[in-house]
Amino acid sequence: MVIGLTHYLTLAAILFTIGVAGIILNHKNIIVILMSVELILLAVNINLIAFSTHSGDLTGQVFALLVLTVAAAEAAIGLAVLVAYYRNRGSIAVDDINALKG
Amino acid sequence: MQAEAVFFWIFSAVLVASALAVITARNPVHSVLFLILAFVNAAGLFLLMGAEFLAMILVVVYVGAVAVLFLFVVMLLDVDFAELKQGFVRYLPIGGLIALFVAGELGYVALDWSASPEPAAAASPVGGLSNTAALGRVLYTHYFYFFQAAGMILLTAMVGAIVLTLRHKPGVKRQNIAAQVARDPASSVELRKVASRAGL
Amino acid sequence: MYDLIVFLPLLGFLIAGLFGRQIGSRASELVTTSLLGVSALLSWVAFFSVALGHEEQALIVPVANWLTSGKVVVAWALRIDMLTAVMLVVVGTVSFVVHLYSIGYMAEDPSRPRFFAFLSLFTFAMLMLVTADNLVQMFFGWEGVGLASYLLIGFWYERPSANAAAIKAFVVNRIGDFGFALGIFLLFALTGSVGLEQIFAAAPGMAGKTIHLWGIDWDALTIACLLLFMGAMGKSAQFLLHTWLPDAMEGPTPVSALIHAATMVTAGVFMVARLSPLFDLAPNALAVVTIVGATTAFFAATVGLVQNDIKRVIAYSTCSQLGYMFVGLGVGGYSLGIFHLFTHAFFKALLFLGAGSVIQAVHHEQDMRAMGGLRKEIPFTFWMMTIGTLALTGVGIPFTSIGFAGYVSKDAIIEASYASQGFGATYAFVCVTVAAGLTSFYSWRLVFMTFFGQRGDWAASLPAPAHGHANDDHAPDKHGHGAHAAHESPQVMLVPLAILAFGAVVAGVAFRYWFIGGGVEGFWKHALFVGAGNKILEDMEHVPALVSFLPTLMMLLGLAVAYYMYMVDRAAPKALADANPALYRFLLNKWYFDELYDFLFVRPAFRIGRAFWKGGDGAIIDGLGPDGVSARVLDVTRNVVRLQTGYVYHYAFAMLLGVALIATWYLFGGIR
Repeated sequence: MVIGLTHYLTLAAILFTIGVAGIILNHKNIIVILMSVELILLAVNINLIAFSTHSGDLTGQVFALLVLTVAAAEAAIGLAVLVAYYRNRGSIAVDDINALKG
Repeated sequence: MQAEAVFFWIFSAVLVASALAVITARNPVHSVLFLILAFVNAAGLFLLMGAEFLAMILVVVYVGAVAVLFLFVVMLLDVDFAELKQGFVRYLPIGGLIALFVAGELGYVALDWSASPEPAAAASPVGGLSNTAALGRVLYTHYFYFFQAAGMILLTAMVGAIVLTLRHKPGVKRQNIAAQVARDPASSVELRKVASRAGL
Repeated sequence: MYDLIVFLPLLGFLIAGLFGRQIGSRASELVTTSLLGVSALLSWVAFFSVALGHEEQALIVPVANWLTSGKVVVAWALRIDMLTAVMLVVVGTVSFVVHLYSIGYMAEDPSRPRFFAFLSLFTFAMLMLVTADNLVQMFFGWEGVGLASYLLIGFWYERPSANAAAIKAFVVNRIGDFGFALGIFLLFALTGSVGLEQIFAAAPGMAGKTIHLWGIDWDALTIACLLLFMGAMGKSAQFLLHTWLPDAMEGPTPVSALIHAATMVTAGVFMVARLSPLFDLAPNALAVVTIVGATTAFFAATVGLVQNDIKRVIAYSTCSQLGYMFVGLGVGGYSLGIFHLFTHAFFKALLFLGAGSVIQAVHHEQDMRAMGGLRKEIPFTFWMMTIGTLALTGVGIPFTSIGFAGYVSKDAIIEASYASQGFGATYAFVCVTVAAGLTSFYSWRLVFMTFFGQRGDWAASLPAPAHGHANDDHAPDKHGHGAHAAHESPQVMLVPLAILAFGAVVAGVAFRYWFIGGGVEGFWKHALFVGAGNKILEDMEHVPALVSFLPTLMMLLGLAVAYYMYMVDRAAPKALADANPALYRFLLNKWYFDELYDFLFVRPAFRIGRAFWKGGDGAIIDGLGPDGVSARVLDVTRNVVRLQTGYVYHYAFAMLLGVALIATWYLFGGIR
């Protein structure tokens, strides 16, 4: 069968969903949340590349490259924050963080 | 064509499976490893689509740097992950619902797309250039500012990460470059007349 | 000249009112009194010039434009005819006399400028009323005297009872004014004008017209006259709208003399007489006038029989005599009513001012039971009061027209009520005749209790001493309490009494011919309308001899009974009261009208007001408005705050939901 654009889009959709589900289901585990975010970004990247290929425009790939960059930066910062938090609290249960409670 | 389809299905299946494993694995190290697997398969898919530069970058950056970083942090933090798995079942219905809802919408968009069944085959090298060269051509000219901005973001991230996590342990000897450079002979060296066999 | 008569009092009001504090009390008194003196003098000049003149029509003196709006054209103008001239002398003379008297009576009061300013204001408003050429101007004067009455009754405003009385007077008047206003509107609707000339011209044409209200055809003129009469009922304290007059005695005595005896309360009588062209064409309305007047005459006389406050007795007497005036008007004798108004002004003002002199003499004690034997201590006042009583009760030589003022005018009304064929005239005749006897009784009772016997003769029936000075109508007096000898009032208070006494003696005899006798046509000319079938003035001359004698008979009867009960057998009053306790209490409490009105109107009004205040304003308007909004804001915020859990994953979840919603929106709504 011919693998068309639709296949890739559907795949990306499934991946996106899994990422979202991961955030909701693992709300106590920061590390898994961060990994789910990576999955979401990956889904976005697949979309971008698929469209880029489909329309023959390299813009999509350039954008995907930038998304990649940002995802890496964000993962780094997120983990740094997590480490700092761990050093202060001694655990990564984020249920305790409710100082913003209004 | 057929090979392409076969590879596509293989890569996709493994990708989806490992993504599911990431979010459901009990051991976080397993989660990270499955994440690596997912990235690798995604790279494969990128290759299929003809974006070989990005595929390689995915492997190098994502797997080589980000996933490894995750692994380091997981091993660094001594956490009781069992306790964190609580609430999984409680949130399953609402989580599943939202997720399915989003998926449905995306699917609706995707399937509604009156896309011509063109093969998303490897894009022929534009003007005879490879993907990398073509990308470079575009990146350093039309999208130069974005490229620079991306660099700044990375710089910021690096500085941020260091600032957040750097701490000076007491009792560890460190260099103070400024003090070293500012030292002048007058305060560091003194000439003493010492009689022979007398000592200081 | 007419302008001066009307506007000099206004000038006095402005000077004393605006600059009273600067120029001082003495100057305020003198300025207002002299200006009023000039006005009074000019009013007598006007009286004679109009009476002896040959003007058939009324003289219209334009003053200024007021308002013109579509069909409504109202101007300020003075209408001078004989009726106006008579009222001018009444108002001017009594007002001047009262001003003079007040110089002495209010000598110790710190707010004299304010008092004299209000007196002049009242005079101005009353003069505007009587010289009005159109109904709206008359209404202006009407309201003006009501305002001045309120201000003067509540003159000692630190007293809650005075405030309450002032408000009561104003509110009850208001009820009447409502009818008056409706009457004006109706007349405007019927004739297209509020000017008196135009309305009188259109009157014959309206004779048969009807207006359709609530499914029934009513005679338009009758309805209009009844509405106007409602105003007169309020202003002249007729039966049902009378409750304010006794309470108005809270004001200083000169006020009672001026406003509640001679002038303001007679405004209703004046108004009916002025509108005689209308009333004479509405016999049903006249019948109502007669019946109401007669009932008032009787009712007020019965209440006056048992009152113990000297001013209240005279107040009820006023109310009763006003009823007489309306009876006179009602049977078609407009000049009868006005003549009685004229004579009544003199002797009633005399009685009030005399009472004021008595009150001042016994150091502001108003309860008659604390008086007695004052004849020897204040002889001049005694003689003045006696003259007034002789005039009021109608003492004269029977079968002639020679007698004191009241004899001439009151008996004329009694005879006319007998002679009239109108509906209700017989009822009126009975009422006024009986009332004549009652009038004589309570008037002589007052004289005997106050001036004869010994001080303390009636003290046994006085209430406990704690109430002894509750009726003081003055600031705390410096003289000490009642056991001292009474002293006569100063000259400045006695001269007015003498002037009025002169009028009370001669006014009847001197003016009878012109007002109601043979010279009636030449005197009034066209000021009072006499319809084609209205022969009452002639008919009353031909009543049977017994009827002519009847009033004198009633007067002698009353005198005899009073003499017996208050001079011969001093235990009789108490015995009679004890024998009929229910009747005595019924009369003492003014037929329980105040209690009835309180139950029917005052309390429901307060309840409605409270409902609107607490329920409408408080709960609904405030509740839905400011208070409600602020409470809702608090409620909503309290609930919204629960979204701020402080947990980041909650926030992330919310963001996710937001994204999903936006996607849905664009999916199904489309990007515009």
